[in-house]
Amino acid sequence: MLTIEDLHVSIGEREVLRGINLHIKEGETFILFGPNGSGKTSLLMTLMGFSGYTVTGGRIVFRSQDITQMPMFERARLGIGMSFQRPPTIHGLKTRHLVQQCARGREIDPEALARRVNFEEFLERDINAGFSGGEIKRSELLQLMAQKPGLVLFDEPESGVDLENMQLIGKVVRRLLDGEVDALPGACAKALKCKVRTSGLIITHTGYILDYINADRGQVLFDGRLCCEARPRDILEHIRSYGYQECIKCLNEPGGLQPLEVTRTAS
Amino acid sequence: MKDVNLADYSFTGLERGQIADLRSLDASDKERILHAGVDVESDAASAVFMHMDQSTVHCESRDPGLELLDIKAAMKKYDGLPEYAWKLVPRDKDEFTRNVAENVHGGYFIRTKPGAKIERPVQSCLFLKADGAGQNVHNIVIVEEDSELHILTGCSTAHSATSAAHLGITEYYVKRGGKLTFTMIHNWGVNATVRPRSVGVVEENGVFQSNYVLLNPVGTLQMYPAIHLNGRGAVARFNSVIVAPEGSHVDTGNRVIMNAPETRAEIISRTITTGGTIIARGHIAGHAVPCRGHLECKGLILGGGRMLAIPELDATVEGVDLSHEAAVGKIAQREIEYLMARGMDEAEATSTIVRGFLNVDIMGLDGPLAKAIQEQMEQIDAHGS
Repeated sequence: MLTIEDLHVSIGEREVLRGINLHIKEGETFILFGPNGSGKTSLLMTLMGFSGYTVTGGRIVFRSQDITQMPMFERARLGIGMSFQRPPTIHGLKTRHLVQQCARGREIDPEALARRVNFEEFLERDINAGFSGGEIKRSELLQLMAQKPGLVLFDEPESGVDLENMQLIGKVVRRLLDGEVDALPGACAKALKCKVRTSGLIITHTGYILDYINADRGQVLFDGRLCCEARPRDILEHIRSYGYQECIKCLNEPGGLQPLEVTRTAS
Repeated sequence: MKDVNLADYSFTGLERGQIADLRSLDASDKERILHAGVDVESDAASAVFMHMDQSTVHCESRDPGLELLDIKAAMKKYDGLPEYAWKLVPRDKDEFTRNVAENVHGGYFIRTKPGAKIERPVQSCLFLKADGAGQNVHNIVIVEEDSELHILTGCSTAHSATSAAHLGITEYYVKRGGKLTFTMIHNWGVNATVRPRSVGVVEENGVFQSNYVLLNPVGTLQMYPAIHLNGRGAVARFNSVIVAPEGSHVDTGNRVIMNAPETRAEIISRTITTGGTIIARGHIAGHAVPCRGHLECKGLILGGGRMLAIPELDATVEGVDLSHEAAVGKIAQREIEYLMARGMDEAEATSTIVRGFLNVDIMGLDGPLAKAIQEQMEQIDAHGS
């Protein structure tokens, strides 16, 4: 689904990603950990194709196409979807209208989709105008459900969300990744079985989202490099106990990408 | 302001005969006036008025609660309308009002019956067909006590290249508890000179709501309609959407003078220049308390042009509540990228943001008019020329 090869990215003069290699299979959910400023968000922004993130080396392949220099909207149409952390308000653009646009002509039922994220009453509101943290997340999920991407990029699904909303958001992210978005009422069981799972690349600090989704693999991004591949829960456990200190050690070792000590005993 | 020489236009000799059925207009005229919001195929109007060049060619009321006359007929019938004609706009205000006063070609006189709620809009069209034509129009609107009226007026030239001058006087009288919604769509061209002069008075608990749309080029347009809120609880609201492509010179604004307590004023304009000049004025005066007024004037420069915003507040008593907000900006890159991440290409994203900015939805227009506006909005060259 997604292959990243020796990706180097700079913002202005500063190199923020220093040789990333990553492969995410179809239907696989990959969790990205790392301290603030390690480059996690930069990786997501680069994958989506934002301006200001200059690829200075390596390449990104998605669905067998080299998308390294592809404009953002073509990536979106090819099946990459992103949940924004702090999306801009667009005055005069109704949420309903944007949700329709996300579907790009595919037939959808905005009311039904909105109901899943408890967002019906926001459909007539200008997009993101005065939305709270939880409302932004629900709005982003609603748009992603309409967009139905093959790969979801999600930057901190738990940030700014209270516990009650966390449960709702967790469940919806799960359904999104499970590819259940289009299961309209009356769809036959066969159609449900044939559904294609969505791939996910998710950044988390707290790990709350792991309570809701089946995360397959995880890795720590530290100082623009990936290290310490392990099961996401084990990484989280390790970070909770030791912080990111071990990552520094690990990176400094010759050969670099060794599994974590704790992980080895746990698995 | 661009200089205007009225001697360049002929203000006589372009009379037109009656047109019994407006559907008999030729297709290109119909298309032009449709873009000015006038749909001659529709029977959804309570009254239909059309003025072409220097004659009223069609004047038909279909609602018993409504009187619609050509202004000259009304002046004759009501002995010169001494209470209403030239009471709000002085004849000698400027060369344009003088020009009209000397030789009125036509215009509408619309009066509701007290208490009549006219649900369907009155449809009016002021049309300039002959090249070089000058048009002197005088309109009077009287909304009697507790009645409601919606006037939908479209002003257009026959072609986008027609050289013509439209001079129009309009006087509005909204009586106690009355409500007037006045929607005006302009569809001129780069050789059109447009000088409307409009003033209205709103009495106790009356409401004046204006919607104005200009999406196509106009050589030079200058207008500054003013509403005097003279009765307690009177309200005036102006919404304007203006786009000025290259070659357009638009000097517009709205003025509300609050002379009575508990009055409210709201002036909202959304303007875009894609190469033209826009002077966006606004003036709210508070001379009685309590009163509340807000002026909001937002502009975008896309590609080029000039935007001069002149918001004014004039308060003369303690306790008035007036505010204004003026901004000139550009489309934020992060808004474009947000929409591109949803699959829109840059042009789609830009036009989506522009449509949202102009927010014509706020006017609540529907039917063929909404469709015509939609189509014209899609033509806006958001990247400038």
